[in-house]
Amino acid sequence: MSRDGSAGGTGRDADAARAEVLRRVRLAVGTQPPGVGVSRDYRGVGARPADDPVGLFVERLTDYRASAYRCGADEVGETIAGILGEHGRTRICVPHGLPARWTAPGWQVVGGDAPPDPVALDAFDGVVSGCALAIALTGTIVLDSGPGQGWRAVTLVPDYHLVVVRADQIVPAVPDAIARLDATRPMTWISGPSATSDIEFDRVEGVHGPRTLDVLVVAEGR
Amino acid sequence: MALFVTCLVDGLVPRVGAATVAVLERLGLDVAVPRRQTCCGQLHVNSGYPDQALALVRNHVAAFADAEAIVVASGSCVAAIRHQHVELARAAGDEGLAAAAAAVAARTYELSEFLVDVCGVLDVGAWFPHRVTLHQACHALRLLRTGDRARRLLDRVEGIELVDLPDADSCCGFGGTFALKNASVSAAMLADKLRAVDATGATVVTAGDASCLTHLGGGLSRAAAGARTVHLAEILAATRDRPWAPPGAPPHPRRRP
Amino acid sequence: MTVFLGLPTASPGVGNLHAATPFPTAAAEALRDDQLRRNLSHATRTIRGRRLQTVAELDDWEQLRAAGAAIKDDVLDHLDRYLLQLEQAVTARGGTVHWARDAAEANAIVVDLVRQAGATEVVKVKSMVTAEIGLNEALARGGIGAVETDLAELIVQLGRDHPSHILVPAIHRNRREIRDIFRREMVGVDPALGDEPAELVEAARAHLRQRFLTARVAVSGANFAIAETGTLAVVESEGNGRMCLTLPRTLITVMGIEKVLPSWRDLEVFLQLLPRSSTAERMNPYTSMWTGAVEGQEFHLVLLDNGRTATLADPAGRAALRCIRCSACLNVCPVYERTGGHAYGSVYPGPIGAVLTPQLTGVADHPHLPFASTLCGACFDACPVAIDIPRMLVHLRAQAVAAGARQRRLPTSEAAAMSVLGWLMSSPGRWSAALRALWLGRVLGRRTGWIRRLPPPMSAWTRSRDAPRPPRRPFRARGRRR
Repeated sequence: MSRDGSAGGTGRDADAARAEVLRRVRLAVGTQPPGVGVSRDYRGVGARPADDPVGLFVERLTDYRASAYRCGADEVGETIAGILGEHGRTRICVPHGLPARWTAPGWQVVGGDAPPDPVALDAFDGVVSGCALAIALTGTIVLDSGPGQGWRAVTLVPDYHLVVVRADQIVPAVPDAIARLDATRPMTWISGPSATSDIEFDRVEGVHGPRTLDVLVVAEGR
Repeated sequence: MALFVTCLVDGLVPRVGAATVAVLERLGLDVAVPRRQTCCGQLHVNSGYPDQALALVRNHVAAFADAEAIVVASGSCVAAIRHQHVELARAAGDEGLAAAAAAVAARTYELSEFLVDVCGVLDVGAWFPHRVTLHQACHALRLLRTGDRARRLLDRVEGIELVDLPDADSCCGFGGTFALKNASVSAAMLADKLRAVDATGATVVTAGDASCLTHLGGGLSRAAAGARTVHLAEILAATRDRPWAPPGAPPHPRRRP
Repeated sequence: MTVFLGLPTASPGVGNLHAATPFPTAAAEALRDDQLRRNLSHATRTIRGRRLQTVAELDDWEQLRAAGAAIKDDVLDHLDRYLLQLEQAVTARGGTVHWARDAAEANAIVVDLVRQAGATEVVKVKSMVTAEIGLNEALARGGIGAVETDLAELIVQLGRDHPSHILVPAIHRNRREIRDIFRREMVGVDPALGDEPAELVEAARAHLRQRFLTARVAVSGANFAIAETGTLAVVESEGNGRMCLTLPRTLITVMGIEKVLPSWRDLEVFLQLLPRSSTAERMNPYTSMWTGAVEGQEFHLVLLDNGRTATLADPAGRAALRCIRCSACLNVCPVYERTGGHAYGSVYPGPIGAVLTPQLTGVADHPHLPFASTLCGACFDACPVAIDIPRMLVHLRAQAVAAGARQRRLPTSEAAAMSVLGWLMSSPGRWSAALRALWLGRVLGRRTGWIRRLPPPMSAWTRSRDAPRPPRRPFRARGRRR
């Protein structure tokens, strides 16, 4: 096999290291014929249907001590305002592309073309975002930097995160999510608020990521 | 059918061999004990001396070549026969031996497997009026997947009072030469196991493997604990007519004809 | 350093893999620490029960496990191809790929990159591989500070301690000990800091907050790297990973070459296997994924060998490279539960460490580790990629014995005993005679049927347990059957 161009590192040492590691690998395994393919008889795409994906998603979310709210499609804006009021969160930032009817005056859109300044982000006490999809079985929300999700830092630095999930964005299980996502987009998968098990293997919520995660599930068809 | 006694039972606890024979004969089986048998070679393999085990595999396969079914009252020896013999033969490039070893392995059963799966028996007519707790020997549990067979056999023993052993499936710390090479870790595991046994208030702790029982028994003796070890085969062999008696006790009056 | 390993390709790994004290000695020492044993027992018990529950929720666990093993085996069989594919994909998306033959080379690459970025401090995501290569020490030698941001790593770093668990490096510490370390070492910490985990977590948050916001360079490991797309994935819980991976303008990721996965789809298997096996969660709180240089960052990927190709060269040991560092095997291991991780001497402790470390360094460097197990099999059952650790331990024991024999002229007493025993057992006549001779032992233990003291090497047995008194006659000498 020939060297296919743009390997990193610089100089002769880097080339030598690359060649040497590859040589060792080939010596160790020989030249193997291409794999015959992996048997995937586990439950794949569509093989774990949920009777009530929204209900399951909400149950799993709350199991991880996130809070879940539900509302109709025409009540999103007021519901968000209500939740934020409940938490006393006033300095709110939002990523680009969040539907205008979800937002309120005074909120700041951050992270346009240039990366947002982390210190500036730290001045907000909450962020409201959408998501790419959500996984019912694991209570997971996936952000893929699309519209209404923005730079990954935007949904990380503020201590409070409210995510809006449309019911039709909820897929049953992990394989369904993988099948729908574009691998090359920067992604964050979120399952509950930040947590740690580092002290005596006991789970404690709230470390460096947003210590409070609220999720608003918006019903379909209204 | 043939009995593989195992080196440990043969040399140190022959009463377990006698008990195994007694249970099988009570079920109407004709039990042969091939003279040629010695050891399965597990000790050598697991200690890092596979080359020396090869001669033992050869001997074992020859000793049991004609046996229809081979019963062993030790899960770890069965695991060695099933999982190590063929591999050793193959590593030595002896395909003939590998095939013969595979055939012997396919006809080899751990005692509780043989009774439950082959004979289809749960009640072997035993009587054992003692408070008993069962330690799940690792190799039977995880290498042979004997599951709850021993438990189900014990459940049918008349007069027995079975009590659950906390952490029954955690290792007793024997592990062959582990008990010597890492004696302090082994002793710590043993101490925890003995504490668990003590908590049950049982007077007898049983298992399907003489090696674990030798370890536990040595610990119980050193601790001068109230409980003692009795092999599963000994419990199943005990009847009202020929009750179990602690080794060293005066022999019971009615001797074999 | 040249060590003959009998394998032409073997280039041993270096770094924090080498035990200064043989396992039996270190283990005996650890066992004297009652607090350590209580901490370990509490923590491993907590996680064991929860793991079984979470795993039982998936009725296709065994199928996922088989698929995980098969995918990893495919990776190992075609590692050169997948590495090249990964390199191409990462490069195509603006990342830079570096190759390192060993720990020293990887460290040098990282130190250079940090200097080029003009930074004197880096924030770090917890990673086994950077612990393996001793990156923090190398950075320090280069005048660069490394701040561990994972809570447990922070506890270890502040306590000037060593990690003792793959997932929870400070598992050997309880809350009171952690409070004491924080009170002593954290600048500006509340001197009245309590020992509630929530309070300790809050202290760590405050301690690291400004560093995250102002850091210019981050260093991470990787849980997975997708050859097909060039996507890197890091799973974590606290958000320190997200902070490091997204805020600094330069990101350097070091990964062992075995971490590559062929396709994006493969993550559907591993993102189910890993969280349930490690923290017993359906999903870990955060997973970050990025492909090449994203969001204005500069991205460098360092691919590390450091003994992995030597491991790859042994078909019977290769499967150790399937390991996804979940640490389930540690949590179920009765030996680990009593000794803790330090006794293993390597950054990779427990059952997987006992097979991985000797393979990465060459078994002659760690002849004791393959014997640090009773072969109880709990690790194999718990492993989400079905690494048959007990079988591998037995395989490595033979290598350790052979390596020992090569180094010595005279056989050890154990080897001599095994020879004699093998010679006796290979002949039914000799074996019967030997067993009959056991009755000589009956001079001992006459009173109770148990022997209280035996000479070496059996004295190791009778130090803490009695030995059975031999019977009058062995079973087969009873002469009742053909």
